[in-house]
Amino acid sequence: MTPFVDVAFLILSFFMLATKFKPPEPVEITTPNSVSTIKLGEHDAILVAMDPKGRVFFDFMPKDGPGQSKKYDLIKNVNQGRNLGLTEAEMREFAKPGPVGVPFTNLKQVLSGQATNPNSWPGIPVKDSATNELVYWIRDAVTLLAGQQVDYMIKGDNSSKYPDFKNVLEAFKRNDIYKFKLVTMPEEAPAGSPLSLERASGKTTE
Amino acid sequence: MASIDTGGDGGHKKGPGVKKAKKLSTRVDMTPMVDLGFLLITFFIFTTTMSTPAAMSLFMPKDTDKPEEQNKAKESGALTIMLGNDNHVYYYEGQLTPDASNFKTTSFDPEKGIRSVIMQKKRTTPPEDIVIVIKPNEQASYKNTVDILDEMTIANIKRFALIDITPQENMLVHATEGTPMPAGSPQ
Repeated sequence: MTPFVDVAFLILSFFMLATKFKPPEPVEITTPNSVSTIKLGEHDAILVAMDPKGRVFFDFMPKDGPGQSKKYDLIKNVNQGRNLGLTEAEMREFAKPGPVGVPFTNLKQVLSGQATNPNSWPGIPVKDSATNELVYWIRDAVTLLAGQQVDYMIKGDNSSKYPDFKNVLEAFKRNDIYKFKLVTMPEEAPAGSPLSLERASGKTTE
Repeated sequence: MASIDTGGDGGHKKGPGVKKAKKLSTRVDMTPMVDLGFLLITFFIFTTTMSTPAAMSLFMPKDTDKPEEQNKAKESGALTIMLGNDNHVYYYEGQLTPDASNFKTTSFDPEKGIRSVIMQKKRTTPPEDIVIVIKPNEQASYKNTVDILDEMTIANIKRFALIDITPQENMLVHATEGTPMPAGSPQ
């Protein structure tokens, strides 16, 4: 039995070292697969997520220096710009990691501790261009990150519909942003395709 | 059990009342530890995420109304792909004929699906002329949109555009699928 136990503990140590805990996701999103291999998470990031029900979430993930909280600055600007009447404590609450998924009018309610369950959030309005609030979130976030390299990430669920994706793209385009990174799970390039031949020959292109 | 014999054979004998100290076994019962080990293995196996997400770049062109700024495409090099609901794929080459005779149906099948259509197009068209236009309709899923963008990477197509479907094309898609046109939103 001793060798058996030895192997078991070897496997245990492997999994303990190899494991990387998923950050808790408020909304479950299964991303599609793609052959892309670009790594994420090196720059400041603005993430827009779409769930299967068509709700849109906005998340701001800056790389803060010491003593800095750009997410706090963001809500401070939004609070002033749109007269939301948030208290200091509510703005601190916003600065914690996690997405926003409610219209501006419901923001105070969520941050003051009511309706904290993301499943009850209606999502950020994007459907029609007059009330597209995602545009303002992106604009304010981009202003804070001026002069830095920013990843504009879009994360959609397999069963999200194309119009949602189009609305999100529209919100970015209205801020003159045209380069996106779609979050996907990696998969192998199909054998015999030009891409797999190119990768086999050692050339790296994006 | 091995033990050091301090006395010799000729040493003095212990009396009948002196008892030899009992040797305690050095073996520890490992069963609880192994149990715990396996519990942890199962825990880590279930919680581990092996692959980290990767990003797919997407560059959209700036919307422009000025015709001189728009990209021109040769009709012979154009391939238009439309996406419908339930993983349906439709395509036509060049311009859509009025009787829609070049409107064809295909799928995401890795052997006979849209990939072979793209490869065929690539073989028959000079590389600088080829332009693929992707038009998902309002029922197409995000997964299919990403899949078709992936096909562009796989086939190494540099020029492609993601634009809205025209009402005429959408009508053909809906007619083929037998689904009603969306009311009042001919986008």
